[in-house]
Amino acid sequence: MSGILETNHLQKFFYEPEPFQVLRDVTLCVQKGEFVALVGKSGSGKSTLLYLLSTMDTDFQGSIVIDGKTVAGKSQNELARFRNERLGFVFQFHYLLPEFTALENVLLPARRLGRYPLAEIRARAIEKLGQVGMESFADKLSGKLSGGQQQRVAITRALINDPVLVLADEPTGNLDSMNSKVVLDIFQELSRRNGQTIVAVTHDLDFARHADRIVEIADGRIVS
Amino acid sequence: MSGVDLDIAKTHLLSRKKQTLIAILGVTFGIAMFILMISFMEGVNQYIADTMLASTPDIHVYNDVTTDYSVSIAGDYFKTSNAVVLVHHPKPKEVTLNIRNAAGIREDIAKDPLVTAVSPMLSTQVFYNYGPVQINGYIDGVDIVQESRLYDLGHKIREGRAEDLLTTTNGILMGSGLAKKLNAAMGDLVTLATPGGSTMRFRLIGTFQIGIGAIDNVKSYVSLASVQRLLNEDRSYITDIGIKLKDNRYAPQEAAAMRRKYGYKADDWQTTNAAAMAGSYIRDMLTYVVSLTLLVVAGFGIYNIMNMTIAGKMKDIAILKAQGFEGNDILQIFLLQSVIIGLIGAVTGMLLGYGLSYMLSRVPFPANDEISWKYFPVLFRPVYYVFGLVFGVLTTALAGLPPSLKAARMDPVAILRNA
Repeated sequence: MSGILETNHLQKFFYEPEPFQVLRDVTLCVQKGEFVALVGKSGSGKSTLLYLLSTMDTDFQGSIVIDGKTVAGKSQNELARFRNERLGFVFQFHYLLPEFTALENVLLPARRLGRYPLAEIRARAIEKLGQVGMESFADKLSGKLSGGQQQRVAITRALINDPVLVLADEPTGNLDSMNSKVVLDIFQELSRRNGQTIVAVTHDLDFARHADRIVEIADGRIVS
Repeated sequence: MSGVDLDIAKTHLLSRKKQTLIAILGVTFGIAMFILMISFMEGVNQYIADTMLASTPDIHVYNDVTTDYSVSIAGDYFKTSNAVVLVHHPKPKEVTLNIRNAAGIREDIAKDPLVTAVSPMLSTQVFYNYGPVQINGYIDGVDIVQESRLYDLGHKIREGRAEDLLTTTNGILMGSGLAKKLNAAMGDLVTLATPGGSTMRFRLIGTFQIGIGAIDNVKSYVSLASVQRLLNEDRSYITDIGIKLKDNRYAPQEAAAMRRKYGYKADDWQTTNAAAMAGSYIRDMLTYVVSLTLLVVAGFGIYNIMNMTIAGKMKDIAILKAQGFEGNDILQIFLLQSVIIGLIGAVTGMLLGYGLSYMLSRVPFPANDEISWKYFPVLFRPVYYVFGLVFGVLTTALAGLPPSLKAARMDPVAILRNA
């Protein structure tokens, strides 16, 4: 049975400052609708794995297949389009563009994609902001929002193009426990109600416990 | 180009208004100075070309006689003997400087479609005698109608009318400075003496002012026939032909053609005024060097600002790339910012340049007898403004390109991981 995300025998080396194998033979399969938490110590290679899955780091051996498409051998522009269409990202630090309003931030990937007219994506963005309780902040400059609010907007932005896969890198790593709870609830809601496939790297064991599956990585290998 | 990229570029520019304004002002100032300098310098060049052409025809055809001293008739005499003939200090023989078949050549030149006026001339040195005053100078015997077309005399007449030369026997049209020196008034009789000894009396029928002291103080116009009579020559005797062209840029080619065709010397105005032309060329050079320097400085400013902007926006660039913006989008976002700065700067620079040029053109020039400027000479030509616009946009695009390329090539993973 094939999943929405499959990796086969992934190997990854760092050459600076000296040669070092970060990932050893990582084979992973994530089913559609699954909420997977990648856990492990610092330097275990979990973030490296996430960035390989993000298609932004293409320097690896083995294979990655997302939504039936092989990542290797594509040009940077093709990969950019691929990310735009099918992937959504949530980072540890909110990473909204501070000069834009919350709504504009959410709109950017959809405008880049250009699949729907502006009026339609605007309506969808406001609806999605509503789902995370942020519609009243839509026209605020994102630089003026609190950390928790920014992360909620960032999650909305990740979802605006209806991605097949959402990748999250320590989504609660920079938030207090109350905001962490809010973000976790949003992820669970997405997974359960919308059947959204999510792969999240996390240190937060409470966050990991609420995932469908926990994948633990140590020294570049999947240990459980 | 997608609208998102333009929107991001605009938002970036508007979110740091002060920096954007300073970058724009750099371009504005550079373009304005370029326009002011080129308008002024070209104005000076134009004025100098105009004055040159007020005293030199586009093409001047004349008989340039040189005596050949290498052969002597003594050689003919001693031809039979085996002697070496050496003549010390031979004197030039008497030559006639006139253009033979002048009427035929005139007609032929007039047929040329590029030619608008052909003016035959016979010139001689004279002493102007009026009362006890005797002044050295020269007179040009001309067909005043043709000569007017050549030098636009109609606009340079101070008193009287040029055409009166045709109707008055022995009329004379005098340089204004000369008339002033002689204190001769309209209708006065002036006696002219040639170096050959003959004298003749002329009646003052008008004065002209070319604007160059060296001419206005010594030159007069009389009819061609008067000079021919004064020199005891026949009615076909002329020494010079002045030619005006529709477009005087073609003078060198036309002059070369005439030299070949008629066998007389033909000088174009550029050759005659080589020194003044060199001055124009140097002023042009100076304008471009100074303007370019200003623009390069503005360009460095933009390069600096774009580099700083991009250094501060590494995270934003990484996140845009993660969301599927291509390298090209990033390039456009930042290049557009430079080009927008360049466009606004160039347009405001054109306006400021026009304003400054206009003000300079209203500044009175210190009063001077030799030069007839009332204000600083400034030209207003659209082509300078087009140049300014193109320069402004080109410089800013070039300055913005390296930082923008750097941003486009940046590896997002390195930024996101090290956050």
